[in-house]
Parts: sequence; C-alpha cells; structure tokens
Amino acid sequence: MPSKPAYMAGLPDKARVVVIGAGIVGNSMAWHLARLGWRDIVLLEKGTLPSPGGSTGHASNFIFLTDHSKEMTAFTLDSVRQYEELGVFTMTGGIEVARTPERMQELTRRITSSKSWGIEPAELISSTRVKELVPFINQDIVLGGVYWPKVGVVDSLEAGTLMRKKAQELGALTIGTGVEVTGIDTQDGRVTGVRTDHGDIATDTVVIACGVWSPRIAEMAGASIPLTPAVHQMIDIGPVAIFENVPVAVGYPIIRDVDTNMYERQHGNEFEVGSYAHRTILMDPDDIPSIAESALSPTMLPFTQDDFDPQLEDALELFPDVMGDEKAGVKLAINGLLSLTPDGNPIIGETPEVKGLWSAAAIWIKEAPGIARCVAEWMTDGEPEIDPHGSDIARFYDHHRTAKHIAARTTEGYNKTYGIVHPMEQWASNRGVRLSPFYAREQALGAEFFEAAGWERPYWYGSNAPLLAEYGDRVMPRAAEWESRWWSPIINAEHLAMRDRAGMVDLSAFVIFDVIGPGAAAYLERLCVNKVDVAVGKTVYTPMLNGAAGILADLTIMRLAHDRFRVVTGGGMGMRDKKIFMDALPPDGSAQLFDATNSFTTIGLWGPRARDILAGVTSDDVSHASFPFLTSKAVDVNGVRTLASRISYVGELGWEIYVPIEQGLRVWEALWDSGAPHGMVPVGIGTYAVTARLEKGYRAHGNELELDFNLVDAGMARPTVKDADFVGKAAYLKQREAPPVAVMCTLTLDDPTSKSGVKRYILGREPILSRAGGALTDAHGRRSYVTSAGSGPSVGKHLLMSYLPPSEAVVGNQLLVEYLGEQYPVMVAVAGATPLFDPENLRIRS
Amino acid sequence: MNILVCVKRVPQTGGRIVLTADRQAIDTRFLGATISPHEECGVEEAVRIVEKEGGSSAVLTLGAAESEEQLRDAMAIGIERAILLETQGGEWDPVSTAGAIAETIEAQEAANGRFDLIFFGNEAADTGDYQVGVRVAVALGRPVINGIKEIWFRDDRRAAFARREAPDGGWETYELPLPAVLGVKEGLNLPRYPSVPGRLRAKKKDVERIALGSSPSGALGLGVGEDAAYEASAVPGPTKLRLRLPAEERTAAEVLGRGPEAAPAVVDLLERIGVLAK
Amino acid sequence: MSGSVLVFVEHAGGEPERLSLEALTLGRALASKLDAKLDAVLFGSGTEGVAAMLGSFGVGLAHVAVDPRLDDYAPAAWGAAIRTAVAARSPVAVVVAGSERGNEVLAHVAAREGLPMAANVIDITPGDSWRLVRQRWAGSLLEDAALDAPVRLLSVAPHAVAVDPAATSEAGAPPVISRFEPELEPADLVARVVGREARTSSGVSLSDAKVVVGGGRGVGSAAGFERLEELATLLGGAVGGSRVVTSLGWRPHADQIGQTGLRIAPDLYIACGISGAIQHIVGCKAAKRILAINTDPESPIMAVADYAVIGDLSTIVPAITAEILRRHPTA
Repeated sequence: MPSKPAYMAGLPDKARVVVIGAGIVGNSMAWHLARLGWRDIVLLEKGTLPSPGGSTGHASNFIFLTDHSKEMTAFTLDSVRQYEELGVFTMTGGIEVARTPERMQELTRRITSSKSWGIEPAELISSTRVKELVPFINQDIVLGGVYWPKVGVVDSLEAGTLMRKKAQELGALTIGTGVEVTGIDTQDGRVTGVRTDHGDIATDTVVIACGVWSPRIAEMAGASIPLTPAVHQMIDIGPVAIFENVPVAVGYPIIRDVDTNMYERQHGNEFEVGSYAHRTILMDPDDIPSIAESALSPTMLPFTQDDFDPQLEDALELFPDVMGDEKAGVKLAINGLLSLTPDGNPIIGETPEVKGLWSAAAIWIKEAPGIARCVAEWMTDGEPEIDPHGSDIARFYDHHRTAKHIAARTTEGYNKTYGIVHPMEQWASNRGVRLSPFYAREQALGAEFFEAAGWERPYWYGSNAPLLAEYGDRVMPRAAEWESRWWSPIINAEHLAMRDRAGMVDLSAFVIFDVIGPGAAAYLERLCVNKVDVAVGKTVYTPMLNGAAGILADLTIMRLAHDRFRVVTGGGMGMRDKKIFMDALPPDGSAQLFDATNSFTTIGLWGPRARDILAGVTSDDVSHASFPFLTSKAVDVNGVRTLASRISYVGELGWEIYVPIEQGLRVWEALWDSGAPHGMVPVGIGTYAVTARLEKGYRAHGNELELDFNLVDAGMARPTVKDADFVGKAAYLKQREAPPVAVMCTLTLDDPTSKSGVKRYILGREPILSRAGGALTDAHGRRSYVTSAGSGPSVGKHLLMSYLPPSEAVVGNQLLVEYLGEQYPVMVAVAGATPLFDPENLRIRS
Repeated sequence: MNILVCVKRVPQTGGRIVLTADRQAIDTRFLGATISPHEECGVEEAVRIVEKEGGSSAVLTLGAAESEEQLRDAMAIGIERAILLETQGGEWDPVSTAGAIAETIEAQEAANGRFDLIFFGNEAADTGDYQVGVRVAVALGRPVINGIKEIWFRDDRRAAFARREAPDGGWETYELPLPAVLGVKEGLNLPRYPSVPGRLRAKKKDVERIALGSSPSGALGLGVGEDAAYEASAVPGPTKLRLRLPAEERTAAEVLGRGPEAAPAVVDLLERIGVLAK
Repeated sequence: MSGSVLVFVEHAGGEPERLSLEALTLGRALASKLDAKLDAVLFGSGTEGVAAMLGSFGVGLAHVAVDPRLDDYAPAAWGAAIRTAVAARSPVAVVVAGSERGNEVLAHVAAREGLPMAANVIDITPGDSWRLVRQRWAGSLLEDAALDAPVRLLSVAPHAVAVDPAATSEAGAPPVISRFEPELEPADLVARVVGREARTSSGVSLSDAKVVVGGGRGVGSAAGFERLEELATLLGGAVGGSRVVTSLGWRPHADQIGQTGLRIAPDLYIACGISGAIQHIVGCKAAKRILAINTDPESPIMAVADYAVIGDLSTIVPAITAEILRRHPTA
C-alpha cells in the first residue's frame, strides 16, 4: 500500500529498467545505462541521498590499482579513469610495507603483476625510503615496501551524485528515495515488475545493486546472490599533533601494513586504521537493522573493541608517534559491513534463475564504476569490453549457494584480504563436496586433491613417487620454496610415464549437456564457430564467440544421433557455459538441454598403450581404422556400456570414456587391471591441465582464451569459415581480414638461474619484456604477459605461453620474463598453434 | 582530590528503539553500549580535576558483567581504578541500586580513604529515575546538588563550588563543604575521546569486582552508617512491569515549497498561526 | 472522600510554573479517581498570591511554609518542608513537576522517608497496587510500572500532560491556606544557593520562547547560526541546537535541545538542517507546530514535522527573513 507523503509520489508505473540501490554501484549503473542509450531508468533507494546507509557510506575510499587478478585490475583501472573524469580522485600515492622476507618476495610479485596489467610506476623501496615518504613510521620493523605513486582516494558519494546528475541531464533517470522494494514479480522465468511501498513499477529488467542486502532482494524473485555481509573494523583517531600542519587533506601515502592485514591513512589531522585481521564476523542479511533502527547506519554496527585490540597494538608498533599520541582520541570506531563472496570475486551478470534480473553486488569502491560499465555493456548488447567471467553470477554451482559453503569460504577468505596467496592455493574449508566414484581408490593411491567446481580431483598421486627414481632429473625438480608449493615433481614423472606408457585420468569435473530434439543441430550450429552438423559419431572441438567475436568458451561436442548431441565443457566455467546454452534455446522447444553432469563420470585413458589397455577390457573394435581420431562410439567395458570419444587434451592416443556415474568404479577397476601389465599409472590434473597441455600448445579458457582476445590472435582461426551463420561470425570474418594484432606463442625458459644461483620456475601471469627490459604492448594496447606456465618434461624445458606483438612473435626471438624481482631470458619456441611436442600430432592419430 | 564517578551502562540508541519479545528490555543486538552521557562528563571532569589538583580517581558501576566495558572506557581516558558491582543481569530499581552503591562506598572509604567528591549523572539516559545520587548522598550524610555544569574549589580546598542553570535561564552557584555529592549534567565539559595508549592501558588494568545477589529485592537494604541522616529502611520500587513504545506520531508534513521560493508560503504560515501579525 | 493528593507547586514572579500546572492537572485527575482531596504545598516569597490562583485547578487546601530559609532554592530544605506537610496530612501521593527542581526535591523526600519514587509519570491508575506509565529515554520509551508504598512519590513528565484548569463546580474558589513551619535540620541547609547570575544573553530564554529556531549539522558552522539568530530575533524567539552542534562547539551547551539538554514546548519550532535523531526529537516534539527546513525530504525530522521546506537552509532562511522584513518593515 502506498503510504508515503504525497511529495514522494512521482514514480512512474513502468520503466525500461529498475536499478535497486543508490550506492556507488547503483549510481554507476544508472549512469552507464543512460550513457549507452537506456531511457526510463528508475533508481530506487530505501535510504536517503547522498549516503543511503549501505557500505558506500562508510567505505575508506582508497584505491590501490594492482591485483593479481587481471579482471579485477582491469575493473579498477577503468574505475579510476572514470573517477578522474568526474574530478573526485585525489592521487596520494600508497605504500605496501613488508615486515617479513616472505612479504618482500610477495611485493616483488605484486610489482610483476602490475607490469603485466600495465600499471606503472611501481617502485620497490628500502625501509629508509619508506621512512622518507612516511616520516612517522617505525622504520625498525619495516624491511621495505612498494611505493605506488598512482594510488589515491575518491569521494565515492560525490561520484554517485555526479553520475546520477549526468543521467538526469540526459533525461534518462527518475530517482525514488525512501522507497522500499517489497517484491519482484516474475512470469515464466522473466522479470515483469517491481513492487514497492510507493506502488508498483512494470519492467522487464531489474538490476540489484543492494550490496549487503542483495541476497534478500534476489530472493524476492526466486534467485540467489551468494554473498554474506561481514564486519570490517575501522577506527578514526584524532586530532593527531604531528598532522596539524599537513598542508593538504591527504599529505602522506596510504599505508597497507599487509603483514598485519591492516591499512592506515592520514586525512586532515586524523588517522584512519582499518583491519582485515580480526576474526571473521558474518551476518545474515535478514538480521541487518533497518535504517530507522540503526544508531548510525544499518551497515555501521557497534564496534566490538576486543576484536580490534590486537590490531591496535600492531598499529601502535608501526606508528608510535601517531597511535601513541596521548591527545589523539578514538573519534569513530565501527564495525562496518561489507559483502564477502565464497571465492572473493564480485557477483555480476544476469541471474541464471530469472531472465531480466541482473546482479551487481559484492563490489568495492575501487572497482564499482568499471564493473558498472561492464554490466551496462553486457545488458546492452552482450559485449562487455572487459571479460567478466571471473565475476559472472552464473559461475556458481548449487553447493556454492548454500549457507554452509558461503560461511566457510568467506570465513577462510577474510583474513587473506592482504594475504600472500599462492596462485595454486587450495581452500581448506568445506572440502569433499563432490566425490567421483573412484575417490576411495584415489585416496588409497595417495592422491593430492585439488578442488575444481567442488570436485575433489587428484592433482598428482603419491603412489607414483617411485617414478621419480625412474626419471631422475627429467622431472625438473624445483629448489625454491615458492614454486614448490602446491606442486610435486611427481606431476612431471606421471607426465613422462603417460607419454612412455599410459595414464588414466579422473575427469569427473567435466560438465556435460545433452542437447536433444529436431532442432538440436541448427541450435548448436548457431552457437559454435566450427561445424557441428556433422555425421553421427563425429566429435567436434569448437570455440564459442560473443557478438564481437570475443572468445566466450571452447568445448567439445559429440554427435550421438541425428537429433542428439553431447556437449562437454570444463567444470570451472561449466555453469556459466550452461547459462549461455540455456539462454539460446529455441523458444519453440525444438531443442532441449539436459544437464547430464551428475549422470556421467569421465575417465581419460591416454598414452601409447591406451589402445591395448582398452582392447583388453572390451570386445568392441577400437582399432584406428574403426575408431579414428575425433569420433565417438559406444564401447562395452566389463559389462558397462560406455561412450568413448577419441580425443586428447594431452597429445596422446586415447579416449575420454563417459560412464554412468554409478558404474564408474567398475570401469575404473577394469581399466586399472588391464593397464597394470602395460605400466599404466594414474595421472593427475597437474599433467592433464598443465604440462601435457603446454607441450601441445593447447589454449585454455581463462588463460589464453578470453573475450579480449580473438581466434586470429589465438592462432585458432581455421582456413575456412563454415557457411552457416553463428554468433560473432560477422565480426570474426572481419578479424580474419586484418593481420593479427597479437600472436599466441610458446616460449621456453632457457636459463632459469637466479642471481643467488637457484633455478626458478615461472608460475604464470608475469610480464614478458623486450631484451632491454621494456614492456611489450600490442597495437591494441595489451601487454604481453604469461598466460600459462609449467614444466614441459618431454621437451626438457619450462614452458610459457604468451600473446606477443607480431614483430616479436618470431621463433628464436630472445626476450625476458620478470619473476619475483628478477629477469630471466626466454625464447620464442613456437609462434602460433603448432605443438612444441609432437608437432605433427602423430601420437594422437596413431 | 579523591573522586569517585558512578556511571551506568546504557545502550547507544540513535534510531527507533526495538524491544525484546518479552518487552522487558531494549533489543541491543545491533546497538553499542556507552556510559550514559551526563556521566561521561563526570568521568572527564574527574580526570581533569585530578590532573590539576592531584589525588585519585575511581569509577564505579552497578550492572551485569559486560558493564566492565564502560569501566574500561572510563579508565581509557584516565580514571585510575574501577569497581564493578556485578549483578546477574536484569534491572535494579533505584532504591536497591542506591543502597548497594552506598554500602560499597562506605566499604571503599574504610579501606582506601574518603572520596572528596562523588559524581553521579543528573539522571540515567535510559531509566531517567533522577534519584540515585540523592539517595546515596542522603545515606552517606553528604550534601548533594544536581544539574551541575561547572565545578571549582574554594582556595582551602575544603569546599567545592558548583554551578547550574536556574529556571529563569541564569545561573546559580552552590558551595558545598567536602565531602559532597554532585549530580552532573552534559555541558559540564566536552569529554575527550580515549587515546590508543589509554585504551591499551585500560585493557590491562584490574577491575575490582563485587558480586551482588541474583535479585535486588532484599539483597541489600539501604545501608545506613552511624552518621547517616536517617534510619528508615527503604521500600524498593517502582517495579517495572513491561516496556512499550509510544504511539508513533508520524505526520505527513505539508510541504510549503522547495528552496528560497518557499519563503512567502512560510511567512503566510507564520501569519496564519499568529507568530507574526498579519 | 478518602485522603488527599499533595501537589508541590513551584512558582516564579507570582505565577505558578507551567510544569507545576501540568502536575496539578495530573494530580487532580488522580484525586478524582481516588475520590480524594487535592492539596498543594508551596513555599518561598510571594507564595500566598500564587496559592490563591490554584482554586481553578481544583486545589482545596494549600499548605504554605512560612520560613525565609526556603525563599531561595535549597533542595534538601525544600524536601524537608514537603516532608513536614506529608507528616501533617498523610497524603496518599505527592505529585511534583518533572522539572530539575521538582525531581531533585522529591528525591530528597524519597531518600529521607525511605520511599520509592517514580519520575516522569504520564498516567496513574490507583488500585490495590498502583499502576503507572512513566517515560524512559525522555519519552522515546514508556514503562508500565507498579508502585506500592504508604505514600506514592511521583513527578510528572514535562509537556506530557496538557494544562487543564478545572471547569467544574468544585473548582474556582481560592483554596484554604494552611501555614506551617517546616522542620529543618542544619544539614538541610548546607547545599544552598550562594550566588546568582542573570542570563547573559539578552532576549527570551530558550525554555520560555514561543518560537524556537533550531539548527543542526546542516547549518554548517558556528557562523552559519547568524542566519538563524536573525530570523529568531525577528520572530521574538530564541535559537537552539542539536547535540551535534553543541558538541562541535557551534553553540553553547546551554542551547542544546534534546534528551540530555532542554525539552521545549514552543508554539513553533523551526528545525533547520536537523535530521531528527531520536535524542533531538524528544526535546522538541512538545512544540505545537514544527516546521522543518531540510534538503532531505525523507529525513526523520519530517516524521514529526507539520510543515516542511525542502532545500538548503543557507538560502531558505535568509529568504524567509527578507520576506518578513518586506511585509513587516518595522519588525
């Protein structure tokens, strides 16, 4: 029932889009939609402007640009550019200080990432230099730091005000404050309207930009946004005597005391101290007090002093003259609420549950305008400039959405906010969620399990340790601790054994869709670059593009019957891929998609002996003649009817064998017994996804394949393009006409000996530099960086993949890679898609 | 000067009050707690007086275990020691509260010497009983004045001057021989924020805990010393039955206009309601 | 008739204080429920003239203390005087205004008599066990309480009871004056006024003003209050502020309106740049009318305001001042 005073009326009864929430995200969304031509935008806010009571209102508002994640850094860089345009960004510089040698190493790694993402300058500085820049710091406990001159602070409330104003000036925006959303109507899986205490608004598009309240709003439509509100403690002390004469509002760089998970910043005569070190304090969105009930604001909860006291000691130690100022008081101390997600990434995009319902949640000040631009582009034509796949709301599996999982992972992740997180680091909490039928066997074999999409996947097997003696130095042992972490030389031993004999790989994490119906072929043809309407029994590998021919995904499709296909994609982006397929289903129902992921398990069997091993457990003909490469057919194994597909991601003869999940163990055991006499070993994902792939130069989604690269860059453009139309075809044809802007290359790390004489092995995401040490940038402004890295045991080299400008993509070209503060020579071994190992693919086709 | 400040832990309200389901208390799940504002000024004043005059300062509260937080807040800005009369939760009526505090003060003074001044807040922010300080003063046989916004001392330091607002808007000054009790009011000073070192020092200090019975009724009578001014045994009360929120008086304000253009409409209103002659 | 209700009446300048009239109004209602007599107790100079006015509030008997030591305020002595009257009359209840003095004096009575006291009562239901409604949090919260004692000591919450002279036949005639000598002990006179200063700022006091112009954080600075002063002067009113502006030092503490400051009840309260925290609203909600000037039409002050102007007070307040001067050039 509308119950508010008459002067608050004036909301329209229909809108092109309703944005819920006027924090930094909602304001940015309203502006970018308006900028992209959207009109009749309604922005609803329950609180008052300019500071409605969400997390924006208490944000610390400083921005460090570099993140190890390319995607997050891209969002941040774009955001800073927008803040600068709005005139609300003040460059102050920032310093991350190290108290430990481990942190000094991590800081060199952060500089490495900043070079990869094009953020310069970044300067590794001594403790003396830190002291020069921040005279009130206790130099004695600081080993050094990184100085980031481009760090700054923003006025996020002013930014929001300006963006609303710009949208209003375009005549695009109506703002309703004091308006509470009471429901979201849907019909047949689509948004139809928003209900408010000021009346209802008909619309087919809603953006949820409600920060910590987002889960509650999404629930109104039957969708889920798996974030949790969590407490971040901050205090503000002042007046600090030594700041009395600072001539500008912010006269010193912002400090991140990363070893204690804290930040400190001077503003005026005050000093703000924030912490990610205290125990994780989660909250249920339903328990957040209302605006009326809140003493300060709903997201500024009472300070819990005991949680913060240890941090006070840390801050006092680092800044004795500031924190120890007896005349400076704790003027404000809050438990501020922010949004945490199970994997630490934002949650953006259209919800898989409800068409037209978009999430723009779990976004920090530093990335908000950039993400809003991305989401607005995505909503407009499906072609965001920055690839949002790591933040895509569709990435979650059902178990990710459970309260237990969210609580476990956010609790574990909170204290890693400033942590030294290894690129391969595994979560410790809420493990063992998805177990393959062979899990017990794998445990018995001493598998080291890494998690993928909730599955426990062996990364290597302890039982293969005896292979180390067999292969000696060919396993490329690693002396340095950092790159030995989450790694074992057994991976390389398994690799060699597979190449010599055979290996069996648990591929349970595959996501499998069966597409069925008279329109199935036409439907898939429209989505895929390569021809899918092939003979029954053929297996097709194909990329998928968006309208701008950016690379969305790559996957394999088996034609099982005239009206039946099996689509197989990786677990990591499986649910995101599923949404792409679901969204494209023909409205007439002529093609249907069944998610068979949990119906089938998959065993990979590869190596020179693979045929012998398979032949040993089936009476079906698995000879090359009757079962050629890129075909699939039913194979009965020990009384189980499987589907075998002759394909390889490791560059060997062999099959992916799809087995009804409850019969999986039976097939595993049959193959195991058959393989034993052939010296077959169990092989982990360390070989499957890294070493064997790299030797073959296979591109992986999220590494080499992203929206901002295309098939021509990637060397995946085939000589001809199929006649049938497909998404992105026009743009793709255009790309093919121009010379490549970058060329995907495989490089070898020829002498990885560091200055201290230790052999170092690059892990990925490092910058590739010219021989003079300069950054390589292609004609589109993209830096060259290592997209994937790992051992190549069969080629005896550590391998890197990188997009290089064409002038540098010359076999034999000598370049540098920077790793943990040192530069190492690398050489272009392959320019393009030719495999370094077995370039003619004789093994696969044998 | 030896000074005791008696403080009360109260919820830090700011928005609409929410009650617990049994309507016996305010729902404090999302509220911080603070020293009742008048008493914050008492704490500050005690620290300032001791800084200037020498002597010692102590803070006392009667409340549940979590009231220790407010004692530490007081110590964080410079009070030297703290006494917690620890209840087992629930509210104590003002008669019982005053009785327990008076008894404690007598015991404290017997052990540590006299408090020259004892500060209470003019009234507690939550219950607003307006009587505990007076009751304690009467029990101790000491002069007491409420509403104090300024304190200074006679040259011989045997008496304090205390000023408060008079009903006509002026000021009235009282002279109280020490020892005395003062009910202080916000405006006495601007309390400082605790410094970080103060906060950390306070965390390490001891709090003297005195366990009280589970229920105020009959646990302690109004303790009466030999020099007390009267010898009656007190009737406790009043007894809280339940709390409720007053009916919300939400009105739809009549909007006279926006910006300076609204001025004629405002003046029309002033004339209509007789604030200005037509 | 059974017993009496004794109301302590404060007065100044030959007139009973408004809050005491509120106490009389509630006292009379209580007496009526109890079928009891309504007595008053008064002291100080000029008392008898004031006592004579109380008939219209239903007072039949006025106890007037005759003692110059009570002429100026001395809380323990005033309490002792009330105790003398209580001893003589044995009322079922003593009712006082919930003023600073009323509460303080009653606390002395309570402490000395060993009786419980209920402050800031707004409603009383006598019975076997008396039921009260009293204010907590300066009226943001109400408490239902029981009070059982030989004499019930009650103060009446300011501005919670409308002053209501009796219109019935029982009222009107001047009360009988009963003079008595209070029993004072030397200790009762220790705490007493030794000096007085008149109000320093000229003009009407905040508590008496018919128009109060209040400023909050939105005023922006101490200097920003000049605009409010101008308007208040034109309207014959006074300027006050929210807790935040007194804490920031923009206004003296004595000007604070709210739970820990003054509670006012003017004819018109003009709230400028005040968002309306509950602590402030309890101090101003007794105003007959509230005009809020605020940029934010959804701020909590709007929930209690009768009138609103939306916008920036720094331009609106001078515009109002100018408009007044245009219409009333001699104001």
